[in-house]
Amino acid sequence: MAFSLFKGIPKAFADPKGRGVLERYNNYKSKNMITVQDIQQKTIAELFEQYPFLPGFFEENTLQVNGRIDEKLIDYLKFLDDEEVAEDRAIDKDRLLASMTIYITQMLEFLGEDEDDGVHSISILPGTNKSGEAEQFGELKISKSEIVCIVGPTGSGKSRLLADIEWVAQQDTPTSRTILVNEEIGDKKWRVSSGHKLVAQLSQNMNFVMDLSVYEFVELHAESRLIENIEDVILKVFNQANELAGEKFELTTPITSLSGGQSRALMIADTAILSKSPIILIDEIENAGIDRKKALALLIGEEKIVLMATHDPILALMGDKRIVIKNGGIHKVIETSEDERNLLVDLERMDSVVQNMRTRLRNGEIIKKEDIGF
Amino acid sequence: MNLVTVSGPPSSGKTAVILKTIDSLQKRGLEVGVVKFDCLYTDDDILYEKAGVKVKKGLSGSLCPDHYFVSNIEEVTQWGIKEGLDLLITESAGLCNRCSPYVKSITAVCVIDNLSGINTPKKIGPMLKSADIVIITKGDIVSQAEREVFASRVNQVNPGASIMHVNGLTGQGAYELSTLLYDEKVEIKTLVGEKLRFSMPSALCSYCLGETRIGESYQMGNVRKIDMSDKKDKK
Repeated sequence: MAFSLFKGIPKAFADPKGRGVLERYNNYKSKNMITVQDIQQKTIAELFEQYPFLPGFFEENTLQVNGRIDEKLIDYLKFLDDEEVAEDRAIDKDRLLASMTIYITQMLEFLGEDEDDGVHSISILPGTNKSGEAEQFGELKISKSEIVCIVGPTGSGKSRLLADIEWVAQQDTPTSRTILVNEEIGDKKWRVSSGHKLVAQLSQNMNFVMDLSVYEFVELHAESRLIENIEDVILKVFNQANELAGEKFELTTPITSLSGGQSRALMIADTAILSKSPIILIDEIENAGIDRKKALALLIGEEKIVLMATHDPILALMGDKRIVIKNGGIHKVIETSEDERNLLVDLERMDSVVQNMRTRLRNGEIIKKEDIGF
Repeated sequence: MNLVTVSGPPSSGKTAVILKTIDSLQKRGLEVGVVKFDCLYTDDDILYEKAGVKVKKGLSGSLCPDHYFVSNIEEVTQWGIKEGLDLLITESAGLCNRCSPYVKSITAVCVIDNLSGINTPKKIGPMLKSADIVIITKGDIVSQAEREVFASRVNQVNPGASIMHVNGLTGQGAYELSTLLYDEKVEIKTLVGEKLRFSMPSALCSYCLGETRIGESYQMGNVRKIDMSDKKDKK
């Protein structure tokens, strides 16, 4: 089984059966890739200049440059020729060089990707349900900026549908579904590459676990994406998150002390703006401390394909379609009708009554029957 | 028989991931066995037995667990063949974070979890850096951003590896992993003559031989000292 991770990188490279970094590197000698010979005669300063993402690789692989920046890479790495040092540091020089060239090639590919090459749509072609019966729908195409809801009881197969999409199923999963990307058989690069994941996920169970401020957190994410105008992007995420959050927070607030609504607001803004994944899967959004309508508008504005597992009537009616899952299969696809949409107005009014009461309670006020207003 | 070595820090979710993956493999009619290596104690063998998996466990006790692994891997392989397995999975914890009991020609899987912190990829040696497949677990409880940052750090130390997210509780991703672990064309008969991907840490000092007393006069053999001098003293 050969997986092509990146367009320019040969199959042998990304093939899980090509064992170890060295073998992966050796399996592949062709034109698109930087080779060890290309980099080892350059000085570290030259390499850092040419590949601005390389210091991160040095850092992560515990290589300290300390004043040796003008040495050629090959000379800098001479310390690893001492067997004892190599054993102590647990670094194999050949493997390190191979890793470095693979990394440079990957990142160049990554930076060279054109936004227009992106995902405009995904299509789900029917497979079978748990009883082996064919799913009764034609082809379900979901385009950028569209919201599709997924409904059905727990255990009905919502996770499997999502997994099929993530794996770009090609009749090779238990449901035998096929997932098309831009109406074509999907590139298997989506399967196993860290930089190319088709689906980003947001669920109510997710928490922040890092000990960082909001600023540092978004900065870290932006850096990992090799974004250039980091400062602007951080502010954009921060401002958007505050637009969504009921209560405002600061750039200096530690992420672990954000409220549930604030956390969700930051996660949504960050995912909308900074995640490279074209599809966002949302597993419910709590009804407190966050403006859900604005949240969806933000995701649509950032041209994401939005899939939302929800049984909340307001969210469900905001969707363009809903997929009904039953017994492991897609039972039917319902388009949100004009009549249903009109209900949304009433639902939102009911919702705002509750939200207003919440605000008044927070402010220490007394709530009265008149607050209900209908 | 196919052989896969799975390792990863303690509590990263190796057993849960393997169990969910085996579930998918069994549905394809494959006979899967597991040999669990641990240090002092494990009852994971009971979990495997419950799942209808042929299992053996090995406790290294007072020996270095990874040295113990290499000393036994051939016997383990022969056991798997004798039992008529299609796929044998060995599971071992990388207790010192340096080792990798990975054999050059055998698919190597490293399991690490999102909760271990973003500096973890930097701290783990060949166990992570020389794996073919890296499984990241516990992604359901951290934010998307943290998952992405963690995965990119893993990619920095092992670019080109297949990096996958698997949820050991729900099994999300386990089916997909199972498709990477078995290849009917592969037929392993023996590991004699094969080589490890990286050497194991060596130590042969008085403490290896059971010494318990503290002090320079009790220290013999391969002993190394921390540099405790003040920085300014160094040239």
